[in-house]
Amino acid sequence: MTARPASARPGMRRRQLGRALTYVAATLLAAFVLAPIYLIAISALTPPEIALTQYPRPLVPTEISFDTIRFFLDAAGVVDAFWRSVYVGIITLVLALLIGAPAGYAIARYAFRGRETYRLLVLSTRAFPVVILAIPLAVTYIRLGINDSIIGVALMHTALALPFAILITSSVFISVPRELEEAAQTLGCHPIQAFLRVSLPLALPGLAAAAIFTWVISWNDVFAASILTLREPTLPARVLTSLTQSRITFQFAAGFIMLIPSIVVIFFIRRYLLGLWGRVVK
Amino acid sequence: MRAGRLGWAPYALLLPSLAYLAIFFAAPMLGAFGLAFQDGDGSWSLASIQRMLNDFNFMRALTTTLLLVILVLPVQLVLAMGMALVINARLKGAGLWLYIFALPLGISELAAGIVWVSIFTQTGWLNSILQTLGIIDRPIIWQSGESQWLLILLVVIAESWRATSIIMIILVAGLQSIPPEYLEAAEVYGATTWQKVRRVILPMLRPTLQVALILRTILAFQVFATVVALAGTGTVVLAQEARRWAVVIDNDNVAAAYAGLILLLSIASTLVFLWLLPTREEERQ
Amino acid sequence: MAEIRLEGVTKLFRQVRAVDEVTLTIAEGEFMVLLGPSGCGKTTLLRSIAGLEQLDAGRVLIGGQDVTYLPPRKRNIAMVFQSYAVFPHMTVFDNIAFGLRMHRTPRSDIQRQVQQAAELLHIENLLERYPSQTSGGQRQRIAVARALAMEPQVLLMDEPLSNLDALLRLEARAELKRLLNEIGSTTIYVTHDQVEAMSMGDRVAVMRAGKLVQVDEPLTIYQRPADRFVGGFIGNPPMNFLRVTVESRDGALVAVMPDAGEVPVDGADGLGDRTGSLLMGIRAEDIHVEGGSRSPGLRGQVLVIEPLGSHNLVTLRLGAAQVKATTRPDERLDVDQEVRLGIDASRIRWLDVEREVALADDTEIGPGAGLGEIGPSELASEKE
Repeated sequence: MTARPASARPGMRRRQLGRALTYVAATLLAAFVLAPIYLIAISALTPPEIALTQYPRPLVPTEISFDTIRFFLDAAGVVDAFWRSVYVGIITLVLALLIGAPAGYAIARYAFRGRETYRLLVLSTRAFPVVILAIPLAVTYIRLGINDSIIGVALMHTALALPFAILITSSVFISVPRELEEAAQTLGCHPIQAFLRVSLPLALPGLAAAAIFTWVISWNDVFAASILTLREPTLPARVLTSLTQSRITFQFAAGFIMLIPSIVVIFFIRRYLLGLWGRVVK
Repeated sequence: MRAGRLGWAPYALLLPSLAYLAIFFAAPMLGAFGLAFQDGDGSWSLASIQRMLNDFNFMRALTTTLLLVILVLPVQLVLAMGMALVINARLKGAGLWLYIFALPLGISELAAGIVWVSIFTQTGWLNSILQTLGIIDRPIIWQSGESQWLLILLVVIAESWRATSIIMIILVAGLQSIPPEYLEAAEVYGATTWQKVRRVILPMLRPTLQVALILRTILAFQVFATVVALAGTGTVVLAQEARRWAVVIDNDNVAAAYAGLILLLSIASTLVFLWLLPTREEERQ
Repeated sequence: MAEIRLEGVTKLFRQVRAVDEVTLTIAEGEFMVLLGPSGCGKTTLLRSIAGLEQLDAGRVLIGGQDVTYLPPRKRNIAMVFQSYAVFPHMTVFDNIAFGLRMHRTPRSDIQRQVQQAAELLHIENLLERYPSQTSGGQRQRIAVARALAMEPQVLLMDEPLSNLDALLRLEARAELKRLLNEIGSTTIYVTHDQVEAMSMGDRVAVMRAGKLVQVDEPLTIYQRPADRFVGGFIGNPPMNFLRVTVESRDGALVAVMPDAGEVPVDGADGLGDRTGSLLMGIRAEDIHVEGGSRSPGLRGQVLVIEPLGSHNLVTLRLGAAQVKATTRPDERLDVDQEVRLGIDASRIRWLDVEREVALADDTEIGPGAGLGEIGPSELASEKE
C-alpha cells in the first residue's frame, strides 16, 4: 500500500459511509427484533386493569405489577400445564441425548461407509412436517393407551429433536480433535477411558448446549402437543385451546411466560448456533 | 480413521437413532398415508380425500396457505440477507448482534403470534403509538375479520419476525464460507457494494440459499399457531384444518389427508427450488 | 530401549496402499528418521507402529514381542503428535503426569518423574499453568516432556517441529537432538524436511508412495542416492541429473552431452567400462565453473545468479538441459556469459537411464526405488 494521508485515499470516505450505514441497518434490524419482545414484556407486567382499559398506552410503563402473570398462573390448569411442559422437555432432552450423542460421536470420529447417507437421512427428517407425524401417532397412542400422557408427548418431541441432537453433538465432537484421544491411548488409556477423560470433559459445554436446545424445541412445540393431549395439555396446548375465548391479559402473560426460557436458552447457546446450521450447508 | 478391527463400532452407535427414527418417523409416515387412503371403518378408499377436497374450508385453506408462503419468503429473504450481511461485516460487538438477531430462533409460533397480537390488537401498541403521535384519533381495527388480506398481512409480519433468524443463521454460515479474497479482489477491481453482492456473494451463496429457501418453505406450509393467534379461527390454513379434523371433528382420516397434502406441497416446492436454483453439481447432472 | 522390527507391514485405505510391504529393522537405541513427501505413508507407518492403525498385513515386533494386535496402551511406547495434542483441560503438570497416572505409578514417583521431565525440557516453571496460557513452542515441549516422562522403550515422533516458526525450529532441533542422544531411547521420527532428517537421524528411511526407497546413513543417502527421486529429494539444491552418452576414447571414458561437449569420467561408482546412454547425477557443489571460454570442459551459459551469502547458486544452460552449480561468493560472473564446466568425476552418481536407479550396488535400495516419473510437486513443495 502506498503511503498517502488517510483522507486522500479515494475509497476511505465511501468506506466510512458504508460502515455508518451498516451500523444504522444493524440498529434498525435489532430494533425490529427487540421491540416486540419489550412490548410483550410490558404488556405482561402491566396491572390487568390498566392493560384492559388504558389507551393509548405509554411506551414506558408507569406501573409494574405481577398480577397479570399471577392471574394467568391461577387460571385453570395453567400451572399443571407449565410443569408438564417442563417435564416433557426434560424427558425429551434426556432421550434425545442418550440416543443422539452416540450417533453424533460416530459421525464425528469414524469414516464409515454410509456416513454421508446417514447424515442426509437425518437432515431430511427435519424437512418432514410435524403434521404428518403427529396425526398417526395420535391414533397409535390412543390404541396403546398412552394418549394424553407426558411420556407420549416426550416420545414425539424426541423424534423432532433427535436430528438436532445428532447434528449438534457431531459438530461438538468434531471440534474435539481426535488426536487428543489417540494421545491418551498411547499414554495408557483404553479407548473408552480416553473418551471419558479427554473428549467428554471438552465436549461437555457443547453437549449442554445441545441439551438445552433440545429442551427448547420441546417447550415450543404447539402442533403435536395440541393433537396428542386433551385433558393433560402442555403449556402451549393449554394456551391454544382457550386462545380465542381468553381475555387479552391472559394471552399477554402466556406469551411472555412462553418466551422467557427461549431467550435465556438462546443466550446460553449462542456460540453453537452457527455450528448447528453451518454443518448443514456443505 | 479407524475402520478395521472395530468396524462394527460406528454402526452400533448409530443403531438406536435409526431404530428410533424408524419407529417415530417412518412408521407414522406410512401410517399417515394409510389413514389418508382409508375411510372411517378402515377399508381402502379415496373417500377421505374426497371429503377433504369437497370441504368448504378446503379451497380457502389451500389458497391462504399458499399466499402466506409466497408472501413470507421474499420478505424474510431480504431481512435475513440484511442481517447476515451485517453480521458478516464484523462490526464492533458482532457477538451481540448475532445474539439479538438470533433471538426469535427459540420463540414458538404461539408466543410469536401472541406478541404481535399485543401490537395489533385494538388497544394494542401499534394503535397506541399512532394515537400518541397524532396520526390517528381513533384506534384502527387491524384484526378485523372483514379484510382477509389485512389479516394475512399481519400474519406475514409476525412470521417474518419469528422465522427470519432461521434463514439468517444458514446465510451467515454460507457467507462465512466465502473466502474473503474474492471480495477483496472485487474491491481492488473497483466493485461497489451492490456489485459485490450481486456478482460475488449471491452466486457463491447459491447452495446456501437453496437450503435456506427449501427449509423455510417447508416450515411455512405448516404455519398454524401464528394464524390462530392473530386471525382467529376465521382464517384457515392447511395445518389448522388438519388439527380441526383430528381433534374437533374426530376424523383422523381426513386429517391425515391434509397432512399428506402438506407433505406433497413441501416436496413439490423443494423440487421447484432445486430446479430454479441449481447448484453447480446439479447443473452438471 | 527396544529393537523394532517391521515385517511386510501393509496398510490400505480403501484401494490405496498407504503403506506397502514395509520391512525394516530399527536397532536398540537407534534414531531412525522416516522421510518423504506428503502422502508417502510415513505418518501412517508411524501410527501403525503405535497401534493407532490396524494393519492389513505384516507384523510389528517391539523388543522381540509381537505387538501387531495389541492396542497402543500395551505397546510400551510414547508418542509426540504433530499438533502436540496437549490436553487443554488439564494443567501442564497433569498433562505430563497423565501417562504415569494411567499406569498407576505411585504418587511420589509421579512427582519426581514429572519434575525430571519438565526440567529436561526447561518448562519446570510452567507446571501449574494451563496449556492455553503457554506458547506454541512451550506446548511442544510439554508434549515431549509428557512422552519422556513415561521412560518408554520406544519413542515415536510425528513431525514435532513442523509447527514451529523457522527460527525456533532451528534451536529446537539442536536441543531435541542433544536431549534424545542423552536419553538414548529407540526413536522413530517422521518428517518431510530433508534438512531435519539429515541432521538428526542415525539412519534415514526414505519413503515414497508407501514403499521404502532407501534406508541408509544420511551422508550415504546424500552422496549415493538410490535413484533419481532420492537424489532430487535430498539436498538443497536437488542433485542435477543429466542425460549423457558414455563413450570410449583411446581407452578412456568420456561423457558426451549434446551441444555441450564432453568431459572425462572414470569407471567409479559401478560404471565399470559401460558405455551408452546413462543418467549422470552430480551435485551443485561438485560442478566447477570456469569463466574463461578457452578452458577445457563442458560449454555452458549462465542464466541466473543467486547470491546466497556463503555461496552463489548459479543456474546454467548446458546444451538442452539446465544445471545448478555453486561458486564462491566473490566469483565474478555475468548473465549470458559463456563458461566452461568441470565435473569432479569421483562424485558422479550413475543411474540407469530407463529405470533411473543407481548402477552401483552399494546401498540399501528399497523395493520402492525407481518408481517412475517424479512429479514436480513431489520435489518442489516438500523440500525445505
